[in-house]
This record gives sequence, C-alpha cells and structure tokens, in this order.
Amino acid sequence: MTKKIKNLNLNFGPQHPAAHGVLRLILELDGEVVEKADPHIGLLHRGTEKLIENKTYMQAVPYFDRLDYVAPMNQEHAFALAVEKILKIDVPIRAQYIRVIFCEIGRILSHILNVTTQALDVGALTPSLWGFEERETLMTFYERASGSRLHANYFRAGGVHQDLPKGLEEDIAKFCETFPKIINDLESLLTDNRIFKQRNVDIGVVTKEDALNYSFSGVMIRGSGVPWDLRKSQPYDCYESLDFKIPVGKNGDCYDRYLCRIEEMKESVSIIKQCLAKMEKGPIKSLDGKISPPPKAEIKQSMEALIHHFKLFTEGYRVPKDEIYTAVEAPKGEFGVYLISDGSSKPYKCKIRAPGFSHLQSMDYLIKGHMLADVPAVLGSLDIVFGEVDR
Amino acid sequence: MKNLEDLEKKINSELTTKINNTKIKHNQIYIETDKEDFIDVAIFLKTNQDTKFRQLIDITVVDYPEQNQRFEVIYLFLSHEFNQRLIVKYLISENEVIPSLTSIFPSANWMEREVFDMYGVSFKDHPDLRRILTDYGFEGHPLRKDFPLTGHSEVRYSEDQKKVISEPVKLEQNYRNFDYESPWEGTKYIKEEIESNDKKN
Repeated sequence: MTKKIKNLNLNFGPQHPAAHGVLRLILELDGEVVEKADPHIGLLHRGTEKLIENKTYMQAVPYFDRLDYVAPMNQEHAFALAVEKILKIDVPIRAQYIRVIFCEIGRILSHILNVTTQALDVGALTPSLWGFEERETLMTFYERASGSRLHANYFRAGGVHQDLPKGLEEDIAKFCETFPKIINDLESLLTDNRIFKQRNVDIGVVTKEDALNYSFSGVMIRGSGVPWDLRKSQPYDCYESLDFKIPVGKNGDCYDRYLCRIEEMKESVSIIKQCLAKMEKGPIKSLDGKISPPPKAEIKQSMEALIHHFKLFTEGYRVPKDEIYTAVEAPKGEFGVYLISDGSSKPYKCKIRAPGFSHLQSMDYLIKGHMLADVPAVLGSLDIVFGEVDR
Repeated sequence: MKNLEDLEKKINSELTTKINNTKIKHNQIYIETDKEDFIDVAIFLKTNQDTKFRQLIDITVVDYPEQNQRFEVIYLFLSHEFNQRLIVKYLISENEVIPSLTSIFPSANWMEREVFDMYGVSFKDHPDLRRILTDYGFEGHPLRKDFPLTGHSEVRYSEDQKKVISEPVKLEQNYRNFDYESPWEGTKYIKEEIESNDKKN
C-alpha cells in the first residue's frame, strides 16, 4: 500500500533571528529536505531611489548610508564617484586616502559582522562577542571623523566633508597593530572547529558558471574561484597605487567564502597601513567653490564665499546632462549607481545596484536539496543586509 | 576584445541591422537598439568569443512622461574576460510588453520583477512576474514620474478594528518643493515673459 505524502510549506521569518533582517522565506519541505525556496523581500522598502530623485545631490548622500548600514561609507563612495565623473572634477590625494581608509574600515566592519553572525547561526556564541568589541572601536573612528557611528554622511563629490581630527590617524595605526591578533583569535575559534566545518564545508556550493549566470559579485564570486575584484580590475581613487592581494576560494562553498572574508580583513588592514604611511597634509575636498562649500572663516570675510555657501545649501550644485554607471567593490560585492542627470541640481534618476539583491535571488538555486538546518548557514554566507536588498 | 574602439567596430559590423546607434562615453559602450532585436543582441553579446558579456549587472527603466515612447529600458552588462562594461537600451511606449531575458540570464528574474513593480512594464515569457519590493496588495508603480512622492495610501494599526488598516494619505502639511533657481537668471515665468517680449520686438 502506498501512502500519499504532502510536502510541507514552512514560513521562515519575517521575524527570525537567523533571517538577518526582515526576510520572509517560504520553504517547501519534503521531510527535512528543502524542495523550493521563495524569498519575499521588500519589507524594508523605503523608496530610496524615489527620494533621491527629489533631493539635491548633496542631500542624496545620507540615503546611501541607510542601504547597507554595516558599511555605510562604501556606498557613499559609489555615488560620489558617479557625480565626480560627470562633473569631471579631481579629488585631492589626501581625500582619496581618507576615503580608501574608511572604505576598508567599512569592509572590516561588514566582514566581522558577517563572519561572527554566521558562526552564531551555526552555534558559536563567543566570536560575535569578541568581534563586536572591535566593531565598536571601528565605529568610534567613524564617529570621530564624521560625527556619527553609522550614518556617516561623510563623502562628498570632490572629497570628504572635513579633515580627520587630531590624533585619529595615530589611533587607526594603533588599531592596525592590534587587530590582526583578534583575527587570529577568531580563526582559532572557527577555522579548524569541527562543528563549524561540518556546518559549512560543501554547503551552498556555487560553480564558476552559475556565479556568472546569477550575477554574483564580491566574495560570492571569488569564493567560487573567479579572481574578480573591482579594486584591482577597474581601480578607483588611489587603489592603483596600493599593494594588496585578492583572496580566491576553490570550492565555492560556505566555508571558502568564510575563509575569503577572513583573508580580506587581513588585506584591508595592510591597505589601511599603506594609506596612513603615504598620506600627507593637504586639501581634503575640491577647491571649486561651485561644488564644495567654503570654510566658515572665509564666509565672514568674502562676499563670494557667502554667495557660494548660500547657493550650495539652497539650490545645490548643478550637474550637466549625462548618464553614467559607476561601481565600487563594497564588502558584499559590486555596488553600483546608475545616475542620470538632466542639468538641474537634482538627479533625474538614480538606480542603485545592490549586490545582495542578486545574491538573495539565487537562494532557491543554492538551497535546493539541502536540509532545513542549512538554510541559516547558506543565508549567513550570502551576507545579506536588508537595507540594500530592499532599498 | 580588450580595446573599446575595436569592440565598438566589431559590434557594429556584426549587428549592423540590429543596432541603431553606438557611442563610447566614460569608458563604457552605449548601444541603442529596438525591442524586437534586443534578444538577438543579448545572445550575441553573451556568446561571441570577442565580446563575452557573460554577466548581467542590472536592468532598469527611465520614465520620460513627456515623450511619445515613454519608457527607456536599460540593460547593464559586464565582461570579466575583457574587463569591459556595456549598456544596451531601447525605447518603448506605455503599454508595450517586452521580451524577458530570464532564459539567457537567470539573474534577470528578480530584476525584471523589480522593473515590473516600479514602472509597470510587463515582460513576455517571464516565469513568475509578481511584485517584489512593494507591499502585498499595493497599487500603482512608484518610480513613475507621475506617482507622488508621498504615495496614495498609508498603513497603520487601528485600535478600533484591532488590525492593520490602509487609508488614503493625510498630511498635516503638503510636501513642499521650493524653487531655488538662480535669481540672477530669473525665475521661469519672468524668463518666458522676457523671451516673448523679445520676439515681439
């Protein structure tokens, strides 16, 4: 006698600690094996692109902090580069170094969060406690430079908002000395850990071909053995003059992606060190008064500076009619901005290309045939942050 | 091909009939084509040994309400082998259905759903064309230029009905859009008046 068995539909999230935000995942289960996954996203949709169309170029920057909120400045970077390319302005060298330093700090911030919460999802509590202490230190650096721990609003077209405060460079340098030891400590907890390996090795394997087909980027594509990093292949700002390696995985599984992230953190520390060594005093934003606001003291003396200040904070600067796609290597992958300007002081359209969107899309492909318990492991290694997926 | 100009020539010679215009700007190639030819162009770009644009980066639409053909559909491609980016676009009118890329690039699935959700452009042969970013039961297409920034309805928890309800938006103050045009250049209506006076004289 045969018995008919019906597949079970399981609703995972939107409020679930392992969903890394507000993800609603409809899983079709045959016993404990996942047959189909249908992610429902958009629960954090705030209409960022629509809002940006209604704001001036300077007012649009804070919206980028709120996309991938664990590495805010990396997003601002993409937007700043897009505007700079249309306006054809040069960024002073000191500003380029500052931006690269903070982008790499953002990368470390994001990777610590991802590695440790992934460990948390598969059962290890301690790494997240250790990692978050370091994140706190890094966010103080953010705060000292920009005045805010998370929503920095620090990058501008033509440079950065203000120079680093006294003593910050030394403190970042000190951090670079102590942090590699913390990475080693984290590794000693995870890399050879039997349980961590059992949960991650050979889980969520992505082949090279599929990584291309599913528009993967960042660690997701490097974990599958494709040596592709925009910092090397299409360098922006001062990345060309820096010496760093691109860690590449072999098997394309969750464990390889974890290893890539750990190695990338080490590379980031080395990049920051190089920047600090090469940095010299100098201007930190474009000196063109039509684009960057004048210093406060000058406003008291110069009529022209006063006019510039007034025009920049009412109308904002105008950007000539053009369209451009610019991408940066954000911690999660290729973060791009497709900007269309129409000659006014507001963007006509600003399409944001978030890496997490295409990564989450492949959830069905990745999880098919895996066990239910592998869902958090795969989700964790995708490195999903809902701010950028939902926009 | 490594060189951008060579690549442009190659594409132009191979796809002469299918392409309307090409140009190089900001180190990227911009190609204009037609809706009917787009799928052929995409297959060529993906499979040809000299192009190898094997990754679809994004799909988006731009809304120009004043134009006859209102929407411009934009596809961004990336070639890892040759380290090049390419942008393909074509114009369509409001209720036109356009071909889906999902059979060639699986990642087009969600990107097309997003375009459908945000602009109301439908795709032919898409396996699962649902809304993606907006709420269940949402009406309208938010990124169209004629959709108001504040939206049409707002959602709140009603203490009386003991459930979440949706109502028309009520604002204490309307969204204000100030006209900051440079006073030295004159605001629009004054400019127009001066221009018409000039013509009369």
